[in-house]
Amino acid sequence: MNPGKILLVEDNPDDVALTLRALKSHNITNDVIVAQDGVEALAYLFGSGGTPPLEELPAVVLLDLKLPKVSGLEVLERIRGDDRTHLLPVVILTSSDEEQDLITGYKLGANSYVRKPVDFVEFTQAAKQLGLYWLLMNRAPPTPRRP
Amino acid sequence: MSRLRDWPIKRKITAILLLISGLVLLLTSAAFVAYEVVTNRQTIRIHLATRSRILAANSTAALAFANVADATELLDALKYDPHVVAAALYGQDGRVLATYPVGAAPDLIPAAPQADGYRFEGGRLVGFTPVAQGGNRRLGTLYIASDTKAVSDALRLSGVIAIVVLGIALLAAYALAAALQGRISEPILALAETATAVSTRQDYSVRAPKLGEDELGTLTDAFNQMLGRIEDQDRELRRHATDLEQRVEARTHELRERNETLRRNAAELLAANQELDAFAYSVSHDLRAPLRSIDGFSQILLEDYAAQLDEAGRDSLRRVRTASQRMATLIDDLLKLARVTRVEMRTEKVDLSAMAQDIIADLQRTDSARQVDVTIATGLEARADPPLVRVVLENLLRNSWKYTAKQPRPRVEFGSTEANGGRAFMVRDNGAGFDMKYMDKLFGVFQRLHSAAEFEGTGVGLATVRRIITRHGGRIWAEGAVDQGATFYFTL
Repeated sequence: MNPGKILLVEDNPDDVALTLRALKSHNITNDVIVAQDGVEALAYLFGSGGTPPLEELPAVVLLDLKLPKVSGLEVLERIRGDDRTHLLPVVILTSSDEEQDLITGYKLGANSYVRKPVDFVEFTQAAKQLGLYWLLMNRAPPTPRRP
Repeated sequence: MSRLRDWPIKRKITAILLLISGLVLLLTSAAFVAYEVVTNRQTIRIHLATRSRILAANSTAALAFANVADATELLDALKYDPHVVAAALYGQDGRVLATYPVGAAPDLIPAAPQADGYRFEGGRLVGFTPVAQGGNRRLGTLYIASDTKAVSDALRLSGVIAIVVLGIALLAAYALAAALQGRISEPILALAETATAVSTRQDYSVRAPKLGEDELGTLTDAFNQMLGRIEDQDRELRRHATDLEQRVEARTHELRERNETLRRNAAELLAANQELDAFAYSVSHDLRAPLRSIDGFSQILLEDYAAQLDEAGRDSLRRVRTASQRMATLIDDLLKLARVTRVEMRTEKVDLSAMAQDIIADLQRTDSARQVDVTIATGLEARADPPLVRVVLENLLRNSWKYTAKQPRPRVEFGSTEANGGRAFMVRDNGAGFDMKYMDKLFGVFQRLHSAAEFEGTGVGLATVRRIITRHGGRIWAEGAVDQGATFYFTL
């Protein structure tokens, strides 16, 4: 079985570095594709301006909410609104646990909502569990055929 | 025709006067006429009797000798009295000897003499007079019938006089009544006019004119006094009404202004709340990220470069991590405090006893090493917002749990008590307590009465509790002494 890829949508390079380290330190060796804002994330998923989308959909999208240009919630809305991606597992991974974000996130169809802990030990733990669960334990929906 | 009682008083008085004087005059006239008639009848009767006796005395010879010619001649003398209608002389045997006029119609002369005397019969005065000689020897009877024209003439004349007098007298009475009724009716009419003016124009300043010192004068005075009192009261009433109107006006104006102020305040509050929302959202997202970097990279340094660092370096990094994590906790607590202010409240009946049990069970699970003697009163209920009141209980019970940590026999109690005439809930412990001197700092944000080394905490919990209690319109206060425990009271 070929475990899929992780699409990490995260604008903060520190968070990118920390997340990658957390994942790697637990031998989750899958490719992690990093999108630094919403526009880039959408380009990876749907392609834009001549750039084709990813060959294969990621196994999970780790989505930050506060992003420049196009926000995480907008990205989620686009993902759920498109036939190609509407079953794609999306985990919101963000700093806040504001009630309005939780409600909107789940309303728009997030599969999970994880708050990034400040404590790096806890953060590493969370990243490991996320990776293990979504890449190894969870069965992704069948990939829809590309038109 | 209008009913008598609806007549104007003028007409009534005139009518009464006319009726009385008419009646008096009528009775007087009737008496006058009756007197005239009776007197006349007596007079003609006396005349007839006198004439009959004279004629009877002269007739003795003619009757004694039954001399018809003499008798007829005697009777013929009656033609000089125009009133005599018929006459006859009867003989001793009762037969007619002679008549007047000669050959008079049989219906004028009775066939036989009747009882002596003079009487009115069928509109005539008839008389039968004895004709006697020497006072006791009856020779016959004289009959004379006279008309009563004199009586009817008298009757007519006196009637006419009576009617004329009656008419003149009534006219005079009417004129007098019309002239004099004013004495009575005028004050009454003046009163009525004044009363009408008062009732239609509601003008209590008019007064009825006083026209005399009689009972009507007294009535007018009383009426005017009454009007005076009504006028005073009316003026007073109007003054009160105006006063009231002005006060209502002022109060309305004041209310309107207050409403306006309230509306402005509400709008400002809404704007402030929205700002706070945006601020909290931003804090929640943006303030934690750098802390994560600080903590994360410190940890990476500790993991990857432990060998290059001496113990002091590693200690510094650990302190950096502790500080960043504490900062994160502070931010979280502050956000909670802000949320408590922003969140919409929905009050319902809350079983506080069950909620406290739940929280204590949680504490016992996460801190199973500790043995705390917990007492929770049953059946404590209140109307409150469930999640918010849970924050209150959680903070207070956790505090008690925390501050009794150094107690050999820790005790925590949740119950209710009488306070200021109402019921207050209370959370009591026998823990570290506090100095009442610092009472006012107890509920302040970031205010702590213990060092972090003694008891950890951010100093936001009780501030959050107080804000929730305030939002419920309740009150919170505390009693305590150092090392003798603390009791927190609150109302909802």
